[in-house]
Amino acid sequence: MFDILRIRLRQGYQAIPDVKKAQIITQFRGLPEVSVEQVNADFTADTVCPVNAISKAPFSLDMGKCVFCGDCVRACKNNEIKFTNYHKTAVDSPEKLVVTKNKGKQFLEKEAIKSRADIKKIFGRSLKLRQVSAGGCNGCELELAACGNVNFDMGRFGIDFAASPRHADGIVITGPITQNMAPALLDTYDAIPDPKIIILAGSCAISGGVFADSNALNREFLNNHKVDLYVPGCPIHPLTFINGVLSLIGV
Amino acid sequence: MGFKVIKNNRTVKLKDMAEMPLDTLRHRIISSCLKGRRLIGFFAGPHEKLYVMLADDAGSTILTACAPLNSIKHYRSLTPDLPQAHMFEREFYEETGIEPIGHPWLKGVRFPEDRPDLNSTMESYKFFKMEGEEVHEVAVGPVHAGIIEPGHFRFMCHGERVYHLEIQLGYQHRGVEGLFAKHGNKLMPHLAESITGDTVIGHAQAYCGVIEALSGTLVTRRAHAIRGAALELERAAMHTGDLSAICGDVAYLIGNSVFGANRTTIINTSMLLTGSRFGRGLLKPGGVVSDINAETAAKVKKNISAAYENIRIMAHEMFSASSVLSRIQQTGVLQKQTVMEAGVIGFAARASGVALDSRADHPYGIYNYMPIHKHTMDSGDVFARSYLRFLEIQQSVELVKELMDNLPPGAIWKEPAALEPDSFSVSMAEGWRGAIVHAAITDKKGSICRYKIKDPSFNNWYGLALSLRNEGISDFPVINKSFNLSYCGNDL
Repeated sequence: MFDILRIRLRQGYQAIPDVKKAQIITQFRGLPEVSVEQVNADFTADTVCPVNAISKAPFSLDMGKCVFCGDCVRACKNNEIKFTNYHKTAVDSPEKLVVTKNKGKQFLEKEAIKSRADIKKIFGRSLKLRQVSAGGCNGCELELAACGNVNFDMGRFGIDFAASPRHADGIVITGPITQNMAPALLDTYDAIPDPKIIILAGSCAISGGVFADSNALNREFLNNHKVDLYVPGCPIHPLTFINGVLSLIGV
Repeated sequence: MGFKVIKNNRTVKLKDMAEMPLDTLRHRIISSCLKGRRLIGFFAGPHEKLYVMLADDAGSTILTACAPLNSIKHYRSLTPDLPQAHMFEREFYEETGIEPIGHPWLKGVRFPEDRPDLNSTMESYKFFKMEGEEVHEVAVGPVHAGIIEPGHFRFMCHGERVYHLEIQLGYQHRGVEGLFAKHGNKLMPHLAESITGDTVIGHAQAYCGVIEALSGTLVTRRAHAIRGAALELERAAMHTGDLSAICGDVAYLIGNSVFGANRTTIINTSMLLTGSRFGRGLLKPGGVVSDINAETAAKVKKNISAAYENIRIMAHEMFSASSVLSRIQQTGVLQKQTVMEAGVIGFAARASGVALDSRADHPYGIYNYMPIHKHTMDSGDVFARSYLRFLEIQQSVELVKELMDNLPPGAIWKEPAALEPDSFSVSMAEGWRGAIVHAAITDKKGSICRYKIKDPSFNNWYGLALSLRNEGISDFPVINKSFNLSYCGNDL
């Protein structure tokens, strides 16, 4: 009994006090920064990108495809691309995932997510989510689970993962959506009572990621359903997810 | 003529492979495994051949051979004589349609979209049936209650007692092996890191091992040391996370919180080295992409020493608490004999007294310079699999600290040469779950035309099923967590 209390005292208060102000160490590869509008002819970093996330005209980087590996940074001769530790990269529409010189951090700070009155009214004080991994590698799954641990403690905002879709207000999809998992994903989504939201977590869910070229996928679900929140990352960082959801529900 | 004997991370020219008729090879595999070798590869590859790899753990060698398949429709199954072959043969049948006659349960493994037998579907999967008035079945999944990957579990129960658990997977199949053969060098390192996102460094190490063997690239000792540190951090982090989850499953909440918080410290230390909490983007064939300076090395040491001290105090308390011990001792027992017969590997085997660890048995990279003591336990229950995790966390932390103190000088990366054409290479690396095996075969232009991956989960899922026999169904979560197997590692 006393030993347990001693351990409890030793651990102290573990939670991040203010998730909105929290910073991640500078080594973290978060929001990519694009420093020019046009690249020179000697720019070849787009050819090393494993997922073809870089376009030359106009010069841009799609965070929905990006796996945040940093290969392009090492191939840039004039520092055209670098990764910053800015983590509030979740957005409410796929166009906003495309980073250009003018659409970088300042743009995301203002425009990333428009809080919606309908969502705020219904889910603002309590949001229960059902997670479905559809080919996810367990990276994003571990980070989503970490959102609820003592460090990130997402539960303090009334946001939790529910064990049953019947108890949920929305679905969080990870993975590139495999053929073999597509029917179960649809069943789970249908089992969630209306109104409900859809969140895509990670590059795989948003674009197929490194598996985009695979014949074993079936991404039809995304053609037929409107997505409310895109959380980029490979894997996502818990702070990206939490801040994204908080902005979406207007907290 | 016997097997062609090679070492871990070596290449053999296809023309130098030991080739023999399938019947002879079958016989040789069985007699070799009776002498204690283990099957680690059994797959169809180019030139219409079956490629086989056996691990000789005592002799630190890998035995390879191939057999022409000559458009055969069936062959005599190995499984009745060699139970550890059962998943390999199911996989082989699913990929080629060549039937192993006499296989006791020839069911689908992962239902790939390009399987020859499209009538074998998840819907038509034939589960074992138990007869009897009071026997009932409990079906769980593919979507589970927690934030985990999908898979279907079918419990055959009598009241609370589980007679048998059948595990049907395949939901996570992404066609990883096919993508390896289809794509050039730029995608492969990232694919390797995504085979299972909880064993990023383990799979990246095995992938780099294969490519470096095929290209004859020698990695510097400094790069080996950095890879080793990242691998041990991954092991310590995942083991700590699992201790947290095991505590959660037996309602020991302080353990759940304390181990969880210290896992965060360890993965944030990985981020310090690599920019990613799971070590993504660090390993590349030829070495590593980021160096460790003295300041970072000191920070790494400080972080993990602090985390380890918290883990040690918590583990001491947890493994003395009768409320925990009563739930984990003699729960989910896997006997040593079962482990050897079913071909279970990794820490799950070590917890049952079978000392298998490829860092010691088939040393690679930095482990050539740092001999590893193989920790084993005897009881094979959830307690053994949990306590062994604690011992291995301790060992990994010590290794990382030693590496940080003694980082060898030198470069960290060098451009690998082109791959050797018409060659076969194999690499084994000890991920936190157990030995990962990657094998690659190149065509005459030196491009990879067949890539084969074996995650330890492929061996161990059946071990989990066996450990559930005669257990209460309510103990399933904690038994499952004590193994914590990968779904996508199996489904590929």
